[in-house]
Amino acid sequence: MAELKRTPLYDLHIELGAKMVPFAGYEMPVQYPLGVMKEHLHTRAEAGLFDVSHMGQVILRGAGVAERFERLVPQDVIGLKEGRQRYGFFTNDAGGIEDDLMFANRGDHLLVVVNAACKEADVARMRAALEPEAEVVEITDRALLALQGPGAEAALAVLAPEVAQMKFMDVATLSLNGVDCWLSRSGYTGEDGFEISVPAEAAVELSQILLSDARVEAIGLGARNSLRLEAGLCLYGNDIDAGTSPVDAALSWGIQKVRRKGGARAGGFPGEERIFHELENGAAKKRVGLAPEGRAPMREGTALFAAEEGGAAVGHVTSGAFGPSLGAPMAMGYVPTAMSKIGTRLFGELRGKRLPVTVAELPFVPAGFKR
Amino acid sequence: MKYTEEHEWLREEDGLIVVGITEHASEQLGDVVFVELPEEGTEVTKDEDICVIESVKAASDILAPLDGEIVEVNEGIVDEPGKVNDDPMGDAWFFKMKPSDLSPMDDYMDEAAYKAFIG
Repeated sequence: MAELKRTPLYDLHIELGAKMVPFAGYEMPVQYPLGVMKEHLHTRAEAGLFDVSHMGQVILRGAGVAERFERLVPQDVIGLKEGRQRYGFFTNDAGGIEDDLMFANRGDHLLVVVNAACKEADVARMRAALEPEAEVVEITDRALLALQGPGAEAALAVLAPEVAQMKFMDVATLSLNGVDCWLSRSGYTGEDGFEISVPAEAAVELSQILLSDARVEAIGLGARNSLRLEAGLCLYGNDIDAGTSPVDAALSWGIQKVRRKGGARAGGFPGEERIFHELENGAAKKRVGLAPEGRAPMREGTALFAAEEGGAAVGHVTSGAFGPSLGAPMAMGYVPTAMSKIGTRLFGELRGKRLPVTVAELPFVPAGFKR
Repeated sequence: MKYTEEHEWLREEDGLIVVGITEHASEQLGDVVFVELPEEGTEVTKDEDICVIESVKAASDILAPLDGEIVEVNEGIVDEPGKVNDDPMGDAWFFKMKPSDLSPMDDYMDEAAYKAFIG
């Protein structure tokens, strides 16, 4: 196995007593002494600081960069205003999702943030589509922090009062502790908050300043997972992958009108044939929220059945955990579209027993974004 | 008090054996969110999976430490699984059993041996 990489905050994690685990090729903190449950609840109540430096940060710059990037994603890139960010995904020729991402219009360039496990392939894909006319620069000298929770704005405003002016999905360059940081008002917890790209050499000090705020605790990947699942957000590799289409994944909302059939720039992205077909006719399966009736969590891989006895599996769970804020187990998974209506009762097989589970609305916990 | 390599503790009480998981095990598991216990009256065989315990991290099984009959289970930890983290050696016992063969008790560790075992 290749040696695990470390983020610029590795020593700080150790100092804070984090339990480190391998994740997407990096040694990452899964939890701190507070523990997953309290870290989760603290983020929803006040603010949590996450190290997400393992994610890829890529700058796209040069002639026709938005037009060229539109050849890779079914999103409206050209129409994204300066200072704004949007959720998107790379598709493949079969209409599956190669990775999900955030992209921001930062004036003279686009900043793309991709998943750690996919970043090499993503950079290669972008180079192939953009170079040599435009430039693809993978940023390797910056850390990425996420400050999430209802107290995030107040904690960050101590360093830069301007953050209060930013709305959900706004991006800006602001000086934090005397260092230029690239901020976006976004995150992956369902809470209000910010993602902060900071030069690697300034990352520890900025983190320590943020953590010295009584509102802020360091939060690990364990709580990040339960937070994003309560928020109904997909984890690439679990809930979406190269075989699931945006329509399967209930991510059609992420495809703007202008790129759809009849739009001014309809199509022109990989897999448009399947995606257009499914936008019109629906897909065979669909990602749904699932609420197990008892207290037993139904984890990734749990088979789903239409009846308590007999019959073949109709689907499976792709993410499952206990929701600390929900106070109950929760899951997401794929079921036939005919069984995807909210309230549909299915059965998940746990330790040889089929236990009832109901198709539930997503998110499990309402979002706290500042629109 | 005796301890197993599966991080269970066993305490004799009025001719019964009370079983729970150790402080060390509860720390390793992290926040416990779900416990499933056997039914009272079940006959169990040593090393049989009889309880399920799930934490925020993963699911694990608890094995019957002895042959015998489950005579009482602690519904309190089913209703409030977090008790397993709060008081694993006391209030958060899992079940009481009437052993039919006490001989494995001799093989289980005492406190000093268990402490050495977990390092």
